Amino acid sequence: MCLLLSGCLPHQDETVVTFFNKGEFPARLSEWGIVYVKSGELVVNKGVIPYDLNTSLFTDYAHKLRTVWLPPGSTATYDSLNDIKLPPGSIVSKTFYYPRQAGELLNVAKSDLQYSSHGLDMEQVRLIETRLLVHLESGWHGLPYVWNDSQTEAWLEITGATAQLTLKDEQQFTYVVPDSNQCQECHVDNFTTGVMNLLGIKSRHINKNNSHFNKSKNQLVYWQEVGILPELPPAHTLPRNAIWDSPMDTLDHRARSYLDINCAHCHNPNGADTSALYLDISESDPLRLGMCKPPVAAGQGSGGRLFGIEPGNAEGSILTFRMQSLDLNAMMPELGRSTVHNEGVRLIGNWINALEGEC
Amino acid sequence: MTRITLILLAIFLSACDERRNETTLVSEDYQKILQQQLILAEEGDVIEIPEGKFELTRGLSLKIDGVTIRGAGMNRSILSFKGQIQGAQGLIVTADNITLVDFAVEDTKGDAIKINKCKNLVIRRVRVEWTNGPDTDNGAYGLYPVQCEQVLIDSSVAIGASDAGIYVGQSNNVIIKNSRAEYNVAGIEIENTTNADVFDNVAAYNTAGILVFNMPNIPKTGFATRVFRNRIVMNNTRNFAAEGGAVAGVPAGSGIVINSNDQVEIFDNDIADNETANIIISSYFSTSYSDRSTAPGFDPYPEAIYIYGNRFSGGGSSPDSVELKALKIAHYGLTGHLPDILWDGFVNESLLENGKLPESRSICIQNGDAVMLNVDMAHDYKDVNEDMSAHHCQLPKLPAVELSFDIERS
Repeated sequence: MCLLLSGCLPHQDETVVTFFNKGEFPARLSEWGIVYVKSGELVVNKGVIPYDLNTSLFTDYAHKLRTVWLPPGSTATYDSLNDIKLPPGSIVSKTFYYPRQAGELLNVAKSDLQYSSHGLDMEQVRLIETRLLVHLESGWHGLPYVWNDSQTEAWLEITGATAQLTLKDEQQFTYVVPDSNQCQECHVDNFTTGVMNLLGIKSRHINKNNSHFNKSKNQLVYWQEVGILPELPPAHTLPRNAIWDSPMDTLDHRARSYLDINCAHCHNPNGADTSALYLDISESDPLRLGMCKPPVAAGQGSGGRLFGIEPGNAEGSILTFRMQSLDLNAMMPELGRSTVHNEGVRLIGNWINALEGEC
Repeated sequence: MTRITLILLAIFLSACDERRNETTLVSEDYQKILQQQLILAEEGDVIEIPEGKFELTRGLSLKIDGVTIRGAGMNRSILSFKGQIQGAQGLIVTADNITLVDFAVEDTKGDAIKINKCKNLVIRRVRVEWTNGPDTDNGAYGLYPVQCEQVLIDSSVAIGASDAGIYVGQSNNVIIKNSRAEYNVAGIEIENTTNADVFDNVAAYNTAGILVFNMPNIPKTGFATRVFRNRIVMNNTRNFAAEGGAVAGVPAGSGIVINSNDQVEIFDNDIADNETANIIISSYFSTSYSDRSTAPGFDPYPEAIYIYGNRFSGGGSSPDSVELKALKIAHYGLTGHLPDILWDGFVNESLLENGKLPESRSICIQNGDAVMLNVDMAHDYKDVNEDMSAHHCQLPKLPAVELSFDIERS
C-alpha cells in the first residue's frame, strides 16, 4: 500500500480544507474538505493527518477513521500537565464505518481490506457517520454528520439519527448517532472547567505507529516531523497505553487502558461521575478504582452485586454487569453503544479474576 | 437516513384537565424539534412544550445556562419515554440557573430528570411518573439533582420510582416543598446533602416516606436537614427496589428514616400508619450494606437528631423484618404495635462521658408521649428498652434554608 502521507501519490484535486465558524456550519460534510467521497474512495485530504489509538472507545463494533488538521503554520503544544493542546482553527474528525463483504457488515476487530491509497475503499465499507470537533475561539464544538444511503455525502444532523444495522453474526441493533449536545456528555470530561476537550488526542493514546498509514513511524514522531507538534520529549519517555487485545501488553495494563478510554471521561475526579468511582489510568487508590466499593446510587445498575470490583470474582462485580447490560437504566457507558462488547467484557472479567484480595 | 424536516405540528388540544391526556402525537418530528430547541438554546430562552402527549425515543439533554423549559401543565404537556431506545435519563441537565416548570416526564427507562452539578435550580409543578405503578424495572430516580448548589423543588409530583421519587444527593442549600411522592421505594430522599428544608410535602404509599441518609465512600458528608409540616402516611408498599442498592434494605412501612446523618430536625409533621415505624433512626451498622468497606473518616452514627411537636397516629403494627416482628410480638403482643420511633441503638462509644453521649450529639425527643424504642441491635437485641431518660434533651434549632435567588422564579 502506498504511504498516504509520504506524498507518493499526489492528490488529484484541489479541494481545500475550510474552517467554518458558528452560524456558518455547512450542511454538507464535504464542504469542510477534511474527508469526502471521490472516485470510489473516502478521501483524506492533503494535509489532513490520519491517526489511531492504542486502545479506543467501543462503539458497536464500528471501525473509526480519525484525522486531525491544523491551520497552516500553526502548531500544537505539549507539556506534561496539559498533554497535547491543539490551536483554535483545528479540526478533528472521526468517521464511523463497518467493513463490508458481499453486502454484509463485518464485526471484525481488525481488517486491512478497506484501506485505499487516499483513505477508504468505498467498495469495502459502509459509512455511518462522521463526527467533527472543531476548535472555535470559544472552544471545541461537536458536529455530527450522517452519511446518506447512497454513500455520497454526509449531512449535518444536530439532533443525531438512528440506523438499523445487522452484523455478519446476525446481530441486529439500532445504531444511534448522538445529538450534538450528547457530544458533551463525554467530551466535557472536566466539570470544573465545563469545556469540551479532545479525548483521543493524548500522548498515551496516540503514542504508537499508525496501523494503516505510514506504518513505520511513531505518530508523535511523525507529528513532530511534519511540524504540527514541534516541542515534544522523545516518544519513548512519554506514557503509552496498552493495546487492549495485544499479547505484547500485560493483562493489567490492557484492562486499565480499556477502562481509561471507555470510562474515564466521566469516571475521573473532575468528571460527570457522582459515585466517586475513578477509572482513569492514573488512579491508584483501590477503593476509588472500585475494589470492594459498594454502589452509591446505582439503582438497577448494581445487578444485585455488592462491589464495583470484587477481586477474583468477575461474576460478582458491578463493572462487568454494567458492561454486559443493554438496559438503559443499568448499562455503561450510558451513551454510544447498543451492543455488548463481548471481548471487552472478557478482558475486564479476566483482569478482575486475576486480582488478589478479599472484600 | 432522511434530513431533518421541521414540520409544523398540528397539536390537538384537549380541553379537559383530566389526569391522563389521551391525545398522543406520533412524534418523531416533535422529538427532533425539542432536541433542536435544547441544542440551539441561548441563555435566557424559554422553551415551550406544547399541550399534548409526545412519544420520545431518545434521551434529552440541556447544557445552556439560564434556560427555562415550560409546559402547559403537569397533566397537559407530557413527554412519554415508553419507547425509549437511548439515554440513561429522560432529561439530563448540566447547566446553571435552569427552571423546569409545568410539564411531565413519564416512563423513562432510567432516571426521569437528572441535574448533574448545577447552581440555582428551580423545578416547579413538574410530574415524573412511571405509569405502570411500582415495578423493579422502573427507572431509579424521578427528580434527581446531584452535586448542586441552591435547589428548589416546589409543587412537584413523583410516582413509581424504583429507588427515590425525589432525590437530592451531594448538594447544598435545598428546599423541597409542596410536593407529592407516592408509590416510590423512597418518597423523598436527602443524601449526603447539607442544609436541606423539606416541608409541606405529602409522602404516602411509598415503601418509605422521607429518608435522610449519608452513604459512605462519597466525598461530601451530609448534615443539617429539617423535615417539617409534611404528611407522611401509609408508606407500606412492598420494597420493589433492585437488589443491591442502598434503599433495597429499607423496610416497608417506614415513615421517616434517618441513617448515619447528623443534625436532623423533625417537627410539626403528621406521621401516621407506617406499619414498621413512623420514624426510624439508624446507623450504618444496621443497613443491608454494612458489611462492606467504608472510606476512612466516614461517620456511621446518627447524631444530633431532634424530634419535637409531631402528630403521630397508628403504625408499627406490622413491621417488615423478621427480627422486628418477633420483637414486636415479644414486647407488645400479637395485636400490639411498636412505638412511634425506632432506634437501632448504636452509639459512638469513644464519645461517651459517664456512659452518656454529650447532649450536642444526642437523639433528643420533645414529642408529648411519643416513645422511642431502642432495639439494641448493637448487642443482638439483648437490652431492648424504652428508656427515654437520655433523650429528654433539647438541641439548638437549625436555621431556615435561604436560597440565593428569588424562590418565586418560574
